[in-house]
Amino acid sequence: MRFTINGQSHEAEVDIRTSLLDLAREHLGLTGSKKGCDHGQCGACTMLVNGRRINSCLTLAVMHQDDDIVTIEGLGTPEALHPLQAAFVRHDGYQCGYCTPGQICSAVGMLDEVAKGWPSHASADLDAVTLDDAEISERMSGNICRCAAYPNIVDAIREVAGERDEVAA
Amino acid sequence: MKTFDYARADSVADAVAARGRFIAGGTNLIDLMKLQVETPEKLVDISRLDLNRIEERADGGLTIGALVPNSDLAADPRVIAKYEVLSRALLAGASGQLRNKATTGGNLLQRTRCYYFCDTAAGCNKRAPGSGCEAIGGFNRIHAILGTSDQCIATHPGDMPVAMRALDAVIVTQTPGGDKRRIAIGDFYRLPGDTPQVETVLEPGELITHVELPAPPAGRQLYRKVRDRASYAFALVSVAGVVTMEGGKIASAALAFGGLAPMPWRDAAVEAALVGQAPSDAVFAAAADALLAGAKGFGTNDFKIPLARRVLTACLKELTR
Repeated sequence: MRFTINGQSHEAEVDIRTSLLDLAREHLGLTGSKKGCDHGQCGACTMLVNGRRINSCLTLAVMHQDDDIVTIEGLGTPEALHPLQAAFVRHDGYQCGYCTPGQICSAVGMLDEVAKGWPSHASADLDAVTLDDAEISERMSGNICRCAAYPNIVDAIREVAGERDEVAA
Repeated sequence: MKTFDYARADSVADAVAARGRFIAGGTNLIDLMKLQVETPEKLVDISRLDLNRIEERADGGLTIGALVPNSDLAADPRVIAKYEVLSRALLAGASGQLRNKATTGGNLLQRTRCYYFCDTAAGCNKRAPGSGCEAIGGFNRIHAILGTSDQCIATHPGDMPVAMRALDAVIVTQTPGGDKRRIAIGDFYRLPGDTPQVETVLEPGELITHVELPAPPAGRQLYRKVRDRASYAFALVSVAGVVTMEGGKIASAALAFGGLAPMPWRDAAVEAALVGQAPSDAVFAAAADALLAGAKGFGTNDFKIPLARRVLTACLKELTR
């Protein structure tokens, strides 16, 4: 199969049962995405596929022929962090760090969803979304943090969302 | 996971001719394949078929392609404006990541989250017909109180189908023989009876291609979901409601329930208890009596009977305000 991951095109031959997560971790050495539950409950495996955040453990690699995939390794580098990576560092948005790549990929996808005007369960008005803390918590509920760093994760995401609003204004 | 053959379908005709198990979003099927609860011999990947649009029809309704993701359907401006109960139900389900993958057709066919169904070491007539039901007499907090049988007490886990039941959606399919079928959602699901492994009227190899919503209903719409955590959990009780008022009386009511039964539940007796009446505690109590007349608890889910009564009453107050 053929696909693009973090801007590089790849070809791989994999067992039909291989998940997208195992393709990245076991075949390409991209171990940033984590395997937490392997059942779509924890979000540690979150990747961006064609710009959308998904659980990479719950999709077969073979279904992603020609897709454009981004993992945490494709968002930033240690020298040039993605704004969300930098904000997580600044706000101490983790303790053990295992859920962090998934949290950050998920937050990138989530902020794009907000930019498109997508409502959430926390939206009082489905037509007009304001990204307050309740909205951030609801929209990030697919990412579990066993260390319960949630307050700082919300702080980091709120800061980056706020900067985007200022740029837009 | 057991191994399987894989084919990618290029057309609906291809897909139904391939005679395999359809996979689109895969969020439920792959999960169950890892547990070996599902062991398909052949997967037919339908995710690239041209079934991902939402179109307006001349009668004012919407035709939703079976591959429209839950996220897109919930955020569609036409759905938000005219079918708010559907947007609300979708947004109450799963997580952002899952809604980006889960499809309209797949969501209708979501399997139960019964603990015993998901555990291949346990007896379960739905997963292994004839092996018994360990939920009866077991831990059944999430299980059904309506429509059960002595073979199975599992619930349908969905939110979207509950809203679609209140909206009288129609499910459009293509049979392996090439015929197109239109199935009212009220006729789509089957109660467990003696065959809990049979959940819908779909024939083997029949593919859901679209869901049609009738012209938007008048009145107030609401979806209320009660669950163990505030987000990303299945319903203990949910209510999808559409109610119109005229001259201080309830002119029409469509009420569907999740978390209570093996299928999205709707009972004409509940609506009959409301229509023509001025809203009052006594009228709401009569509606709840009608809903719960046949309700049966199994121990740890007994609480659902009073909970359903309270949630329905709260929803009716809101809908008739």
